[in-house]
Amino acid sequence: MGKLARKVALVGAGTSKFGQTFPLRRIPEHWTDAWLNAVATVDNGIEPKDIEACYVGNYSADLFNHQGHLGPMISSLVGLNPKPAPRFEGACASSGIAMRQALITIASGLMDVICVSGIEVMTEVPTVGVTDALATASDVSFEYTAGATFPGLYAAIATAHMHKYGTTHEDLMRVAIKNHINGKENPYAQMQRSIKDLMERKIAKIKGAGGEVPDWKDEFDYLKSPSNPPIAWPLHLFDCSLVTDGAACLFLASEDVAKKFTDNPIWITGTGQGSAAIAMHDRSTLTALEATVEASRQAYQMSGRGPKDIQIAEVHDCFTIAEICAMEDLGFYEKGKAVEAIKNKDTYRDGVKPINTSGGLKSKGHPVGATGAAQAVEIFKQMRGIAERDRQVKFDVEIAMTHNLGGSGGSCVVTIYEK
Amino acid sequence: MSENENENEITINNYLKYLSEGKLMGSKCKICGHVDVPARKLCSKCIKPENEWIEMSGKGKIAAFTSINVGTPYFVKKGYDRKRPYVFSIIKLDEGPMVSAQLVGVDESHPETIKIEMPVKVKFLKVEVEGLPEKVDLGFEPA
Ligand SMILES: [Zn+2]
Repeated sequence: MGKLARKVALVGAGTSKFGQTFPLRRIPEHWTDAWLNAVATVDNGIEPKDIEACYVGNYSADLFNHQGHLGPMISSLVGLNPKPAPRFEGACASSGIAMRQALITIASGLMDVICVSGIEVMTEVPTVGVTDALATASDVSFEYTAGATFPGLYAAIATAHMHKYGTTHEDLMRVAIKNHINGKENPYAQMQRSIKDLMERKIAKIKGAGGEVPDWKDEFDYLKSPSNPPIAWPLHLFDCSLVTDGAACLFLASEDVAKKFTDNPIWITGTGQGSAAIAMHDRSTLTALEATVEASRQAYQMSGRGPKDIQIAEVHDCFTIAEICAMEDLGFYEKGKAVEAIKNKDTYRDGVKPINTSGGLKSKGHPVGATGAAQAVEIFKQMRGIAERDRQVKFDVEIAMTHNLGGSGGSCVVTIYEK
Repeated sequence: MSENENENEITINNYLKYLSEGKLMGSKCKICGHVDVPARKLCSKCIKPENEWIEMSGKGKIAAFTSINVGTPYFVKKGYDRKRPYVFSIIKLDEGPMVSAQLVGVDESHPETIKIEMPVKVKFLKVEVEGLPEKVDLGFEPA
């Protein structure tokens, strides 16, 4: 129990450029961009004939694009028919789940090479449609009818966390400020600007229009201004991840064939998946996400690693409070202590434990079904030392983690990577 | 009554029927005594199908909440928007279970005045909005 029957490696990984791109770039364009970018990272090349299946993670093309049956559609665009092309759904954890199932399939000996696709094109529907589609990841009978939105559920977690541990609005702001600083260095991110940049741009705009220039001293003043309106108090606009179109592509290979593709495989040494009631009122706690605790317990046990061994991590910051909960529930910090680490800038790129070097969902963007696979792309780049611009961490990354949540924490996948 | 209906069976439909009559109903397990709200067929603790209906006192405390400025289409239809936010809450009932409900009778535009652990009592919210079926939604208000 709890062991992979053989080793599995990540041998290639890439994403499309994230953004709000409909109608110019739709599902086929995002997917083929991600595929080409991933193919380019495979040292010795990879061809469709090398690949035995395409595992697709997608939350809801049904609601966003009125398109079901995504597996064979995705695989036909890259020459993978007539091979199996199943689709996996677990809200925002969909492609984390697809990657985990590909891993299990390869470890079982059934296949040697699988292509994992994560995709979501969300902007085909107006904002109210996006809110509605995302809200279906909550308990529709009892949460939705009570008015719960996706930000609303995390806002409720935030009020409970603030009440229990004294977490503040400023603590939440620090998460957003850090992630935007990282996203600025990611050419594939949706919002490649720091919050300071956005503030200065706003001031310049007001000046240009001859208006009264606000006396914002720093980002915190800006984030406390009407430029950062509440969405679901205490969460404001800059506490929320973005509505995003994007895709990610991963190539997984067994230890028996990995060397054919590269001399530098990234081994996946731990995987775990947890669940919790999707209705938050049916859970035993509102200040921790039990699916994260369970998924990480499994991944730590399988890999023989612990929270202290993880050098960098991509965690699921769909909202700023979610990054704080993840830091605690993954065991990096005791409950209520993550905010101290954030204040110390420990999780900055040059800190002792960089988190979300990609910019996170906050700044890179959150095409929900693509997010889990996109997190693996960032870890692949950081471990290979090929992260673009100034984003590469300054030490050799030997052990890393991704943490991918679904909905308000009903699903969670945690993955550990080693060189 | 059709073969799909049973007056006493613990179903979502019967739970909602009770709600429309002004009753917040849970289920109590005859084996282990555990109470679930909303009522459910299998006890969430021992997973045995020996639950019976039990009416809740309707008293509880706020466990978590949020004032929502960008609402669901359902609440937008009910007339809420950026200028008129509504409060979604999770209430811990005196009997133990938690439920999700709209919180009314509070200052939605000044959510910092709403406090966790504040005592609340049930309020049945009659929905009479053009284009929506007439129904009762679960609500709470300060006790
Ligand atoms: Zn029981």
